[in-house]
Amino acid sequence: MSEIINISRRDFLRTGALIGGGLVLGLSLSEISSDATTKSVPFVPNAFIRIGTDNSITIIVNKSEMGQGVYTSLPMLVAEELEVEWSKIHVEPAPVDPAYNHTQWGNMQGTGGSTSVRSEWDRLRKAGATARVMLVKAAAEIWKVDPATCRAEKGFVIHNATKRRVSYGKVAGKAAQMEPPQDVPLKQPKDFKLIGKSIKRLDTPEKVNGTAIFGIDARVSGMLTALIARPPVFAGKVKSFNSEKAKAVPGVKDVVQVDSGVAVIADDFWSAKNGRDALEIVWDEGPLATLSTGGMREQYGNLAKTPGTVAKKAGDPEQVFKEASKQISAEYEVPYLAHAPMETLNCLVDLRADSCEIWTGTQSQTADRNTAARIAGLKPEQVKIHTTYLGGGFGRRANPHSDFVAEAVDVAKTVKKPVKVIWTREDDIKGGYYRPMWYDRIIAGLDEKGDLIAWQHTIVGQSIISGTPFEQMLVMHNVDETSVEGAKDIPYEIPNILVDLHSPKIGVPVQWWRSVGHSHTAFVVESFIDEVAHAAGKDPYEFRRKLLSKHPRHKGVLELAAQKAGWSTSLPEGHARGIAVHESFGSFIAQVAEVSVNPAGEVRVHKVVCAIDCGKVVNPEIIKAQMESGIVFGLTAALFGAITFKDGKVEQSNFHDYQMVRMKDMPKVEVYIMPSQEALGGVGEPGVPPIAPAVANAVFAATGKRIRRLPINAEELKRT
Amino acid sequence: MITLDVNKKKYEVDVSPDVPLLWVIRDHLLLTGTKYGCGMSLCGACTVHIDGKARRSCQVPVGEAQGKEITTIEGIPDNHPVKKAWLAEDVPQCGYCQPGQVMEAIVLLKNNPRPSDADIDNAMTGNICRCGTYQRIRSAIHQAASMMAKGVKQ
Repeated sequence: MSEIINISRRDFLRTGALIGGGLVLGLSLSEISSDATTKSVPFVPNAFIRIGTDNSITIIVNKSEMGQGVYTSLPMLVAEELEVEWSKIHVEPAPVDPAYNHTQWGNMQGTGGSTSVRSEWDRLRKAGATARVMLVKAAAEIWKVDPATCRAEKGFVIHNATKRRVSYGKVAGKAAQMEPPQDVPLKQPKDFKLIGKSIKRLDTPEKVNGTAIFGIDARVSGMLTALIARPPVFAGKVKSFNSEKAKAVPGVKDVVQVDSGVAVIADDFWSAKNGRDALEIVWDEGPLATLSTGGMREQYGNLAKTPGTVAKKAGDPEQVFKEASKQISAEYEVPYLAHAPMETLNCLVDLRADSCEIWTGTQSQTADRNTAARIAGLKPEQVKIHTTYLGGGFGRRANPHSDFVAEAVDVAKTVKKPVKVIWTREDDIKGGYYRPMWYDRIIAGLDEKGDLIAWQHTIVGQSIISGTPFEQMLVMHNVDETSVEGAKDIPYEIPNILVDLHSPKIGVPVQWWRSVGHSHTAFVVESFIDEVAHAAGKDPYEFRRKLLSKHPRHKGVLELAAQKAGWSTSLPEGHARGIAVHESFGSFIAQVAEVSVNPAGEVRVHKVVCAIDCGKVVNPEIIKAQMESGIVFGLTAALFGAITFKDGKVEQSNFHDYQMVRMKDMPKVEVYIMPSQEALGGVGEPGVPPIAPAVANAVFAATGKRIRRLPINAEELKRT
Repeated sequence: MITLDVNKKKYEVDVSPDVPLLWVIRDHLLLTGTKYGCGMSLCGACTVHIDGKARRSCQVPVGEAQGKEITTIEGIPDNHPVKKAWLAEDVPQCGYCQPGQVMEAIVLLKNNPRPSDADIDNAMTGNICRCGTYQRIRSAIHQAASMMAKGVKQ
């Protein structure tokens, strides 16, 4: 091979500037601050900002960039108060340090729950303001003027009277010697220059030219690649294996048994894959060898007919049902779903006697570091996590057990070189930690006027929280709050309501999946309220509207979406509209879907109108992009997504049998943002929940057939 | 030894001719802009140009690519209208599929300088974007088409 430079470890760290973290990596903040007092090193007023004597502005971001735009929206919060030129900002991922802990999650650093901007809104603006005040004071001292007579603008301090100006870099050294002030005042919204504007994403250029480094691209000198053969049935174990043929594959270095299966370690991906294909393994399939989706459906359906643990009770639903003049009921089902990020899971580990460095796209730095330390037999502070770009996360890269990091450290213990474990797409689709399968039974009672007077909703599905470190926080009185979110807190005014839950222990690994419980509850609640409206002989939009009088933000987006979609206007022959509204992660979203169904029963979504009230707005274009993204994600689930089991094995494997919405399926999406000064809501997840019911309700309007099981089955809609 | 012509550079690689071009590009040439997504020609993340055609490098044995002109995302100049349009529209979210999308769109526009939405749907439907940037991809392609029609330098 010629003309190929060997990318050494040092080069890698230098070229992968976004990965390395430069000088501050691993230093505690007190060390950073004391270093900053020398002239050659930058001004580091806090954990989030470094200003170099060369005027470089580095903003350290403690949230993982997985597409949701945090490498733009979080720097905007800092830059707004810091007064620097947007184009000069360089973003760096944070190392693991308590200074970067989530402001609302206790003692851990992580990204999820659509909380990034909400949870950093105060801290990052204060970080920027504090630095600015120090820089202004430093310049004022040099000029021997009152700091109040100076202002900061685009990376300069300016003395108002004399128009003297000095760059931040020039005063960085002096500013570094000052005590950070307490309680700096923050800007009034009317003075915002960045917040509220559609500022361009900082990560776009490197994502367009191919230089963005994802975990799968990370590389250190002498690195090997490993693939792992995992049991074909969850909870299965290796009974025996023969590695002779695998070891004979060129490039294969070793074959070792690890906790999660058998690892084939090779020079590169393809050798490892060929080696894995040549492995002969006898599996003990374990207790789940007879698991089937049909069997689970029967089990869940039976459970749904029995009372579960009460999650919410108001009024006297039992009595009122007896008195209701009309009662309607339905059963709904949604399947297990894989996250299927475009970048399959991977993790690079360089394990030494007294250190462990990890490069991976993770949403869960502290937990991953602690797990790695435990497995490696090191102290947490001996483990460094380099957070790369994430080629999609959707919750999968925040595994409560750090599964993909744990097994990579496990493999690294068996080799003397750095090793990167890569999952194939098949490994990813079959690899578990799915959104759970859910089965719901729901009953509504109407009085003689057609008003909704009673509601009973029984939910059946695995808890994603039980058995994880989050159990104490999220399981209350045997109710996993994430199982019932969006169901126990429905906004509709119903005087008598019961929501109960069964959480069967099945053994299939389950986890949060973009929008978590709402991905299922919004489908059930918003489909069924449509059924109730129909049973009451009322327009589904007007029916909802009337029941939302005490929930102005729900009502507001419902009205906005209906108005923008022209709810009552006519449509081309064969087209119909459906509507849904749902609150999640502090944001309120209504969507109107326009669909048609062809004679083969195939659903085509032509247009989606989305209205969002997420409170204060930081970056409208990112909000719109996240709505488009959530709609595609939810539409994929509505039209195609299902992980099913037969003889304990997952039946899907790749994008031919676990299909995604593609360009040909893409509806026209319009997003409208409600002007609001309410507290910030999330935007990464809330776009997902309303789309499945909006589409299903539109299918009903088009065909008269209710969709009560996802994904939508064309066979059931076929016209012969 | 396999000889490859990638981004107008010659490379010699000591690999078996049946190794997929994708893994030679990534693991041997260290050009990691070309991505692995499925290994079955189902997602388009690994799209490169071979003699001017968009090909899924996960399905091309490296032996077959010998003697052909291969271009990866790293070989596309920054002033290319498609890249500029992608920037103007802020298309990427996670960004993982975008090199493949850009490579596919470049070939679409070479063959069809003023594509309709339907043309775009047909040409781009093999490229999956899990983040759902399709609407922005569509408008970026239209924008690149107008730039090219106005003679913006490629």
